[in-house]
Amino acid sequence: MATVTAPTTQTLERPLRRRPSPGRIAAWAVMAAIVLITLLPFYWILRTALSSNPGLAANPTDPLPVDVTTGGFERALGLQSTQEAIAQGGAGGGLKFWRYLLNSLIVSTLVTVCQIFFSAMAAYAFARLRWRGRDKVFALFLAGLMVPTIFTLLPNFVLIKELGLVDTLLGISLPTMFMTPFAVFFLRQFFMNIPREVEEAALLDGAGKVRIFFRVLLPMASTPVLTLAVLTYITSWNDYFWPLMVSYSDSSRVLTVALAIFRAQTPQTGIDWSGLMAATLIAALPMLVLFGFFARRIVGSISFTGIK
Amino acid sequence: MTIASSSPPSRLPVGSVEGARTKPRTKRAGAGENRGDGRLAAVFIAPALLGFVVFLLWPTLRGIYLSFTRYNLLTPAEWVGLDNYTRMVQDPIFWDSLTVTVEYVIINIGVQTVSALAIAVLLQRLTQSALLRGIVLTPYLMSNVVAGIVWLWILDTQLGIGNEIIAAVGADRIPFLADETWAIPTIALINVWRHVGYTALLLFAGLQAIPGDMYEAARVDGASEWRMFWRITMPLLRPVLAVVLIMTVIGSFQVFDTVAVTTGGGPANATNVLQFYIYGAAFGRFQFGYASAMSVALLVVLSAITVIQYRLTRAGQSDLG
Repeated sequence: MATVTAPTTQTLERPLRRRPSPGRIAAWAVMAAIVLITLLPFYWILRTALSSNPGLAANPTDPLPVDVTTGGFERALGLQSTQEAIAQGGAGGGLKFWRYLLNSLIVSTLVTVCQIFFSAMAAYAFARLRWRGRDKVFALFLAGLMVPTIFTLLPNFVLIKELGLVDTLLGISLPTMFMTPFAVFFLRQFFMNIPREVEEAALLDGAGKVRIFFRVLLPMASTPVLTLAVLTYITSWNDYFWPLMVSYSDSSRVLTVALAIFRAQTPQTGIDWSGLMAATLIAALPMLVLFGFFARRIVGSISFTGIK
Repeated sequence: MTIASSSPPSRLPVGSVEGARTKPRTKRAGAGENRGDGRLAAVFIAPALLGFVVFLLWPTLRGIYLSFTRYNLLTPAEWVGLDNYTRMVQDPIFWDSLTVTVEYVIINIGVQTVSALAIAVLLQRLTQSALLRGIVLTPYLMSNVVAGIVWLWILDTQLGIGNEIIAAVGADRIPFLADETWAIPTIALINVWRHVGYTALLLFAGLQAIPGDMYEAARVDGASEWRMFWRITMPLLRPVLAVVLIMTVIGSFQVFDTVAVTTGGGPANATNVLQFYIYGAAFGRFQFGYASAMSVALLVVLSAITVIQYRLTRAGQSDLG
């Protein structure tokens, strides 16, 4: 438990290879079922997004896309004219998922980069600098961990409104841009576990503390910082409640909010499932790709970060 | 530090941290050290402290203050004492939505904890595959909104593949999200789908801390997997399980997104969970004071649950010692 980055896989016993017993076969069957339930909905999104609405209605059980078309994606991205969209079972509401994709990217990137950077600075001050009141301020941050995020949303909305930032990307980002108590706590913990000798060597070489932070400690913390960053990015990307309060128009609408609007715009013929699943895929894909890149490192260290 | 020991991150290696802090400060009486790092620290702490005070501390206090006022965003808040709270205890919809929320939490947490435990044990005892752990985590990458919409489609009464399968085996189609009895369990299970993998990985991490030779020894003694689970895994996992339980229960009480995109609180308020009712009060009827009072009530409930669970499960103590 002493080191953060200790890979959780290799260190401990590997199950013995034994002849498959009935119990083991049953256990594998359960595992297979879990994998299926986990992954099949993703395939179903893709299958539906590539089907046409009349095709879906005519053939709801076909495991392959029915009447393959990119119409769903065109509607989600606002590439179809209103008449065309309505003819194909869409609502013709003119949602532009390109725009929302960009908004989501901006918000999540802004939140992640700033939050991790500022939290790391604070964590360093708590872990390695000596100043009056440090322990009291840190206790306050810890107390902040106890406040459920949801409790601060209403008053924060009032504040954002007073600041005139309603319906702006900055307004959505601001509350989580500076820190979360968890990020500060987590990084402080990591910095405290770095042996002091590392810094002392750099101090003897005449490096200042600022330099030590940027050139020595931050690079050493790359794995926990990366894990934290990816999880922060995912959380920010998936957030719905807060952006729902703050954004009212295309200029600040993020993917989650847009998806809910798309779902609510039910055309007379019934929900535009093909377009909705295409939009869902557009919203979900970036996180799958992001996770695909970092999966190995994250799965290994989630144990540590996860306790949140 | 009482807060530290009762808050979730206390599972982090606190012992070694304390050790690092109290490490004797030998041979470090250089000039720079004596002065302290006040100015530098002020610069380093400033952004985070600003964010903390403006977007966490101040809103918390203000939320409590607003609960004693009548406030509609347009005119200044007007102090009304305990009016919002008296109204709340007399509001049948509030109690109804609290009941619905509790029902949701019980189903959600019950199913999720048992499944996550099963998955974690399978991941530990059956295989150590990192690929499987990655797969199990994928639903967590989706937003609640995406998860809600996908299952809305799968469970659609007319065209959803779920209901097609039910119809194919000859049973009656189930209006999962449009029926008063089915709606809450369905939403609870949708959220299990999204969160169970993440919860399982947290428990898996806890399992990894149990020394493997304990299982080896038990196996030599002829113990079955089932017996090992109850005699080794459960007792040693208890502290981690307790912390995970506290976290997930708190998260579960805040359910909103899935309800908002699938049922919108219906049918007939059957899924009008507390957070959804609060949102409606604030943004539908502009009763920010009343909405704040209900938020405070939720905060109190959550704090009480945390304390009770912590006591009951003695989360602070580890059998591993």
